[in-house]
Amino acid sequence: MKKIINGKTILTAPFTEEDIRTLHAGDVIYIDGEIVTGRDDVHIRVIKEGMTLPVDIRGMALMHAGPIVAGTDEGRFRVIAIGPTTSMRMEKLEYDFIKQTGVRLIIGKGGMGSRTAEACREFGAVHCVLPAGNAVVTASCVEEITGAEWLDLGMAEALWRMRVKGLGPLIVTIDSSGRNLFEEKKQEYKKRRDEQIEEISRRLGPLL
Amino acid sequence: MTVKEKQKIINDTIAAFINYIAVHLPDDVVSRLEELRAAENDPAALSIYDMMFENMRLAAELNRPSCQDTGFVQFRIECGSRFPMIHYLEDLLRNAVIKATHETPLRPNAVETFDEYNTGDNTGTGAPSISWSIIPDWDGCAISTYLAGGGCSLPGHAAVLMPGEGYEGVVKFVLDRIAEYGPNACPPLLVGVGIANSVDTAAQLSKKALFRPVGSHSPNAKAAEMEQLLEDGINAMGIGPQGMGGKASVMGVNIESAARHTATLGVGVSFGCWTHRRGKIVFDRDLNFTTDTHSGFTIGQ
Repeated sequence: MKKIINGKTILTAPFTEEDIRTLHAGDVIYIDGEIVTGRDDVHIRVIKEGMTLPVDIRGMALMHAGPIVAGTDEGRFRVIAIGPTTSMRMEKLEYDFIKQTGVRLIIGKGGMGSRTAEACREFGAVHCVLPAGNAVVTASCVEEITGAEWLDLGMAEALWRMRVKGLGPLIVTIDSSGRNLFEEKKQEYKKRRDEQIEEISRRLGPLL
Repeated sequence: MTVKEKQKIINDTIAAFINYIAVHLPDDVVSRLEELRAAENDPAALSIYDMMFENMRLAAELNRPSCQDTGFVQFRIECGSRFPMIHYLEDLLRNAVIKATHETPLRPNAVETFDEYNTGDNTGTGAPSISWSIIPDWDGCAISTYLAGGGCSLPGHAAVLMPGEGYEGVVKFVLDRIAEYGPNACPPLLVGVGIANSVDTAAQLSKKALFRPVGSHSPNAKAAEMEQLLEDGINAMGIGPQGMGGKASVMGVNIESAARHTATLGVGVSFGCWTHRRGKIVFDRDLNFTTDTHSGFTIGQ
């Protein structure tokens, strides 16, 4: 479900394909509802080792994240700090992961590559960036940890289920048409890099 | 004071300092980020800076690690040859890491290579990493601590260039790495560049450069000029906070260098993310300490 409150676009999980296909690269959104975390090892288990995810994440959000979690006196878990990790590490396996699990919204840090963009276009998904290094602000968006799976992978790599409220700001970086904002930006940065290499070298010449 | 009491002071002080570093950014980083925010006028970049400062405030208020990736712990020890506790330091630092892991808490990040298991307490073979230099005829000890995040360690790189590639080759080496990996490494970054004989010395110097204060300059005038040219050039690439575009791509560029073989030009580059968590404590022989990186740190914090 997608709604706009006080100018903020808020999506509630699970997401329909229609909701996701209305999002465009550069849009800023917030999400409510249940999400799961999963990074390198979760992807390796599902795609390389053929294990079945312990949670059905069809239509849901996956966050590339390894939180700090503490136990409570009642034997439950509570998030101390959480934020996105480098999404590019998952690029190799993400096409198959999206295809196989039906996940619709991926949250991470930095860009992802052409295979993920292809999966977003083909299966109706998006990749979003959450500003990283803001783990306490982001933890304040987590209402509750609702499940802990694959804890044998360790705290960072485990699959955590959590309910979030107003998680964001999420900047859509790959939309379901396959437009890839980071790739576009990278081309700009590389063009300016070439100019700067020339400029710095020119100024260094007489110095050294 | 007995040796045991002295050991406890070092152990407790370093554990408390690791905790403090995980929660509070160093003074030099905060003031540079304030300057970068003040100079920014892109609305999206500004809202990212606002979130960063709100996170710093909330982390301090709740005494929680500012980033969930509390890093791989690295120490640089500059130890006086006459520091009375020199024999015990390595064990004390390892124990301080274990203590801080449980008390802060830090995220357990250390995984044993080949055996592929997380040790659970951020120690292991060579973890924390500890590098030593001995200062002759001094009875104090300076301990620098760095929580090296995975995201900004990932783009680290070193190579040996042909001398004919010259300083231009060094510039290209650094800027290529930043254009490809910088946007993912949590900019504005602190960039450490090492120029030396071979990959090992160049890489070590590039990390040493990350321990220098933001805004400091190399004592060598030519190196200082190159630091400024690189800083201005990388900022002109417009990577901005989180790589989404903006005025500043870096908090600064620090260069450390050493003499090299006439036939080699070794270059290394290391990166620190915007939440550059490192600090330095200096003990005297009686274990009184001072720190000039974190003005708010007092023991009992």
